[in-house]
Amino acid sequence: MNSIQKNRLKDQLFKFWGIGCTLIGLVLLVIFIGGILVDGLSRIDWAFITDLPSRKAEKSGIWTPLMGSIWILVLTAIISFPVSVAAGVYLEEYAKKNRLSALLEINISNLAGVPSIIYGLLGLEVFVRIMNLGASVLAGALTLSLLILPIIIVATREAIKAVPNSIRDASYALGASKWQTIWNQVLPASSGGILTGIILALSRAVGETAPLIVVGALAYVPFAPQGPLDQFSVLPIQIFNWISRPQAGFIENAAAAIIILLLITFIMNGIAVYFRNKWQKKLQ
Amino acid sequence: MRKIKELIIEKSLLSSALVTIAVTVGIILVLAIEAFLFFKEVSFFDFLTDTQWTPLFTEKHYGILPLLSGTLLTTFIAISVALPIGLSISIYLSEYAPRSFRKTIKPLLELLAAVPSVVYGFFALVVVTPYLQQFMPSLSGFNSLSAGIVMGIMIIPFVSSLSEDALFAVPKALREASYGMGATRLQTAFKVVVPAASSGIIVSIILAISRAIGETMIVAIAAGQQPRLTLDPTVPVETITAYIVQVSLGDVQHGSLEYRTIFAAGITLFVFTFLLNTVSFRIRKKYREKYE
Repeated sequence: MNSIQKNRLKDQLFKFWGIGCTLIGLVLLVIFIGGILVDGLSRIDWAFITDLPSRKAEKSGIWTPLMGSIWILVLTAIISFPVSVAAGVYLEEYAKKNRLSALLEINISNLAGVPSIIYGLLGLEVFVRIMNLGASVLAGALTLSLLILPIIIVATREAIKAVPNSIRDASYALGASKWQTIWNQVLPASSGGILTGIILALSRAVGETAPLIVVGALAYVPFAPQGPLDQFSVLPIQIFNWISRPQAGFIENAAAAIIILLLITFIMNGIAVYFRNKWQKKLQ
Repeated sequence: MRKIKELIIEKSLLSSALVTIAVTVGIILVLAIEAFLFFKEVSFFDFLTDTQWTPLFTEKHYGILPLLSGTLLTTFIAISVALPIGLSISIYLSEYAPRSFRKTIKPLLELLAAVPSVVYGFFALVVVTPYLQQFMPSLSGFNSLSAGIVMGIMIIPFVSSLSEDALFAVPKALREASYGMGATRLQTAFKVVVPAASSGIIVSIILAISRAIGETMIVAIAAGQQPRLTLDPTVPVETITAYIVQVSLGDVQHGSLEYRTIFAAGITLFVFTFLLNTVSFRIRKKYREKYE
């Protein structure tokens, strides 16, 4: 075999290696999820969704952590949405190239890389202790809002960047002010991209466990939260709690709860991808 | 009137942007103050050199090294998994794969990172560890090996996605020159494209490392809760993040020394990830200037 043939062979081999690598992570994920479906699917019925937690595995349900997750989701969305979109608009439309905007930029990039558990420590000290909110849904939602702030800001900026300048120019030419242009033209045109970013960020918030444990969310709460100052648990913490128990029945419960959590995560991701595709088509 | 309204709007948007600065300042202040109070009672020298971490036992030791070694060990294993696979994926997708395949597979790969980490922890403990025990009977039920491997799978898209962007941004002309000399795709990829995109690839690796250091639930579930200064991947260890979770789950009095240990551990974690993130931001900035 001469060296040209050898090189061609190597080239072909790498191609198959590359395909293998691309698929291996996904194949493992499918195997994992398949195993979980086998373990947990038979456990899921209406009673599993609506039952309160119990010391007996077969009587336990996910009603309180499920409601806790929904509370967290809604509050986090309400808190993080206005602040992060406003910050994104400022950085993309107003900020001049000066030291402040450079500082904001490096700071947001750094915040995106701060481990989520550190946000938990911040929330524990500021929201739980200093603001005296206790281990409440509100304290948890505020903590997660700070966590997803950089994600939504980056998504908002990308979406606004994608709006062609001709739209802005046309608006200015009609005599609109800067804010009128942003409010009536730029934001509607970028809304699909912003929405995608928010849904993706919220789907991450739903799966977060560590910061909420640090803030003081409980593994066992007898009732679903009634208001923002109530104690709470969330699905991932319930799963974590069930995994840590030795009895086999709880592992089955954990698998069943994971199916519900994955369902929520994947549906949110699916909706986000749908909005992004629709928006990108419209933009073109 | 209109001018005033515009100005008010601009200022309120600016104040939203400044919230991000407040978050950073808040994190640093909270960690620094609590860690300062911690170091009033525990000597900084002991913290860095003592080889035992037992704040919850009667005989207390406050050496961060066991937690640090646990963190670095799981991170090392995760990167050993994610780096070769992630890089191969990025080279395959940018240099070999047909466009349509690339377009469908990218969002699917992102899905790996979208799965909540508590779910990966379940995989590591319930699936991977028992599977590995078939070949390694001495493997403990909690170990850094399976936690690290599963964490590696989770961060594959962090390496592959950013590296692929960097490879894809390399100008076509460089590739064509290489093909014109008779090089194969493989030779072009490794001798021309990868070196040209090296800064972007390094950024992706640094970010993946920073991600692995801060990952919590996988290690809290599958790596155990025994601080141990070791490089043996088959025994239980404890990472910085897992320790914070362990203390948070218990009933620790606010203001006690035990309470402050989680902030001392937290500031160590923060310093590491902050350095890594800053370095990667610098490299990215430089590299962006190079191509634009």
